[in-house]
Amino acid sequence: MAAVKETIDQVKEIDVDQYKYGFETKIESVKAPKGLDESTVRYISAQKNEPQWMLDWRLDAFQRWKAMTEPTWAKVHYPKIDFQDQYYYSAPKSTTGPKSLDDVDPQLLETYKKLGIPLREQEMLAGVQSSRVAVDAVFDSVSVVTTFKDELKKAGVIFCSFSEAVREHPELVKKYLGSVVPQSDNYYAALNAAVFSDGSFVYIPEGVRCPMELSTYFRINEKNTGQFERTLIIADRGAYVSYLEGCTAPMRDEHQLHAAVVELVALDDAEIKYSTVQNWYPGDKNGKGGIYNFVTKRGDCRGHHSKISWTQVETGSAITWKYPSCILRGDYSRGEFYSIAVSNGYQQVDSGTKMIHLGKNSSSRIISKGIAAGHSQNTYRGLVSAHRKATGVRNFTNCDSLLIGDKCGAHTVPYIEAKNSSAHFEHEATTSKISDDTLFYCRQRGLTSEEAVALVVNGFVRDVLQQLPMEFMAETQKLIGISLEGSVG
Amino acid sequence: MLEIKNLHVKLEDEDKVILKGLSLTVPKGEVHAIMGPNGSGKSTLAYVLAGRDGYEVTDGDILWNGESILDMEPDERAAKGVFLAFQYPMEIPGVAGLTFLRTATNALRKKRGQDELTTPAFLKLVKEKGAELNIDIEMLKRPVNVGFSGGEKKRSEILQMALLEPTLCVLDETDSGLDIDALRVVSDGVNALRNKDRAMLVITHYQRLLNHIVPDKVHVLADGKIQKTGGKELALELEKSGYADYTGKAA
Ligand SMILES: Nc1ncnc2c1ncn2[C@@H]1O[C@H](COP(=O)(O)OP(=O)(O)OP(=O)(O)O)[C@@H](O)[C@H]1O
Ligand SMILES: [Mg+2]
Repeated sequence: MAAVKETIDQVKEIDVDQYKYGFETKIESVKAPKGLDESTVRYISAQKNEPQWMLDWRLDAFQRWKAMTEPTWAKVHYPKIDFQDQYYYSAPKSTTGPKSLDDVDPQLLETYKKLGIPLREQEMLAGVQSSRVAVDAVFDSVSVVTTFKDELKKAGVIFCSFSEAVREHPELVKKYLGSVVPQSDNYYAALNAAVFSDGSFVYIPEGVRCPMELSTYFRINEKNTGQFERTLIIADRGAYVSYLEGCTAPMRDEHQLHAAVVELVALDDAEIKYSTVQNWYPGDKNGKGGIYNFVTKRGDCRGHHSKISWTQVETGSAITWKYPSCILRGDYSRGEFYSIAVSNGYQQVDSGTKMIHLGKNSSSRIISKGIAAGHSQNTYRGLVSAHRKATGVRNFTNCDSLLIGDKCGAHTVPYIEAKNSSAHFEHEATTSKISDDTLFYCRQRGLTSEEAVALVVNGFVRDVLQQLPMEFMAETQKLIGISLEGSVG
Repeated sequence: MLEIKNLHVKLEDEDKVILKGLSLTVPKGEVHAIMGPNGSGKSTLAYVLAGRDGYEVTDGDILWNGESILDMEPDERAAKGVFLAFQYPMEIPGVAGLTFLRTATNALRKKRGQDELTTPAFLKLVKEKGAELNIDIEMLKRPVNVGFSGGEKKRSEILQMALLEPTLCVLDETDSGLDIDALRVVSDGVNALRNKDRAMLVITHYQRLLNHIVPDKVHVLADGKIQKTGGKELALELEKSGYADYTGKAA
């Protein structure tokens, strides 16, 4: 992504602390009143002109959420969140929904450009040369624009904002919404189901290989506003799609809540590759501010020989609570989880995956690379389970942790449940410290200590980096380097 | 010119004193050899020259081209031309040799105010220099030093030296672990780099290397100091009689 490279260099010049995306866009917004009760849910639904069934679904979720309590089992610590002291909906005034690029507020286009996400198709083509990526840009609570729509339409692919899908494709939304992550799945998922604002919707019809990368770019801009987006991707029989999600937020002293839900459905022989580069504001170096990221991501390998692959690069957020999982329902289905989690400063990461083997001969692979620096805590938490009737299942898990300095922590919490004796599970784990001798070797060859750390860490995460779409590899390597600035010497 | 003046070095975390007033001068264009018994402080000297942590200079100074380098970071010293071929080169898992070489080459070029090399220019250079050292480009696609044989590691150190264009080359036992043919290849590589602007300090245990890389001077390091300095014939003498004369112990 040459365009991204260029713009990241531009954004770098804005240089605020170490976080390069911390600028704020001054733009007028429409907000729901502060706090959360039934009227907030109704307000959001009304803003979006939703049909009654959608409102009923939200209200149902809200009732369930009220009866639930926040989970406390993760290895993260934070002051209690006051859910009444938040805004749950904010939209740039100028945009009431996704429309043509010419109608989008130039300020918004500028913001995405600054972030390295050119939304004008011709700019994208100019910068990216051979590779094209269709983008859905979500700003605070709404999708501002989706690119390459016409071309995708020709292939039969539906790629639009969630709100649009509710209006235009209600039969698909009704059929799949909540079918992977039910409203009452967990506290944050229930909250999301009640107040979710926007997100992306993808449907790849039977036998279609999506002609380009799809990507959604989330940006929280507004103060005190939670972001609750919802993504639903369905790959029908024999379909294939590769999807990338990116996120950033301005730097603010107060914490901000982000509670997203992603549902993936892969039918017979379908494949979904979902990659995330999560770079929400992590807080300053003393732990002030930063995003609380409580996310539920789950894929359902519903059909036989279906495949879902999660790749995540987690560098941002003050707190990350996130376990992209696969339900391997179909026989011979396959789940993959590749993760790089970088924590620095006072960041806390509790992330991992669940591979639930229900189908016969289903297989899964987990490669997790945790890098902890500064005062951060980095936990891998994973579950691999085989159902009683799921014979012949296999899993391979490899969790490596790298510590930089002696004030951080890395933890591995694997759960393994095999309810039948034919399951074949392998687990490898290592924890190592970045070696002073290796850093010295690099520095003798002319690298600064930061360049040396970035080089060694990028080597450590190489297996996972290679899973990312080509266009994003170089950017991600750079991002990892930036995230670890100030971690040594 | 390298001037080491009355250098005293102890370990930072322990009371152990390793160098006790070492003085040595290597003019540009010359190659000096350092020989000495195991544990006498040869590698320590090399590390202190390159700026490794863990050592405390309690007295004395090191000047390179008239400027003290003691307060400089290792990468600043590298930018000034200091290069150390390690006795035990480090492995860097996951980082391809080419990536490493390119990152280092361009980092140094930038610090020295030169333009970074383009990918084609860099590859051409690596192929050329690699061929002289019998290093195939395939080997450089593997992670740095991971799974390399002892000899391969040493050859790759010399390749780095050739690419990074240092002016002060410190070679710490570059000959150990080399077979006879590799010794010749490596020596030829080093000799090709000899010129009037470069100073070299070659640490070795074996006179054999000095038949290939003929030194202008040979120094004997023992008990934390240079005990004797002579011409290349001093190496032959040591080969016969060992270090007994310098350590007070039988060899
Ligand atoms: N970091 C360290 N910690 C403890 N002891 C050290 C350290 N570095 C050096 N020493 C000790 O200092 C002395 C000198 O070591 P050094 O490696 O410089 O010797 P050398 O002359 O290079 O030996 P050799 O010929 O075996 O390579 C040895 O006794 C060694 O054990
Ligand atoms: Mg030594």
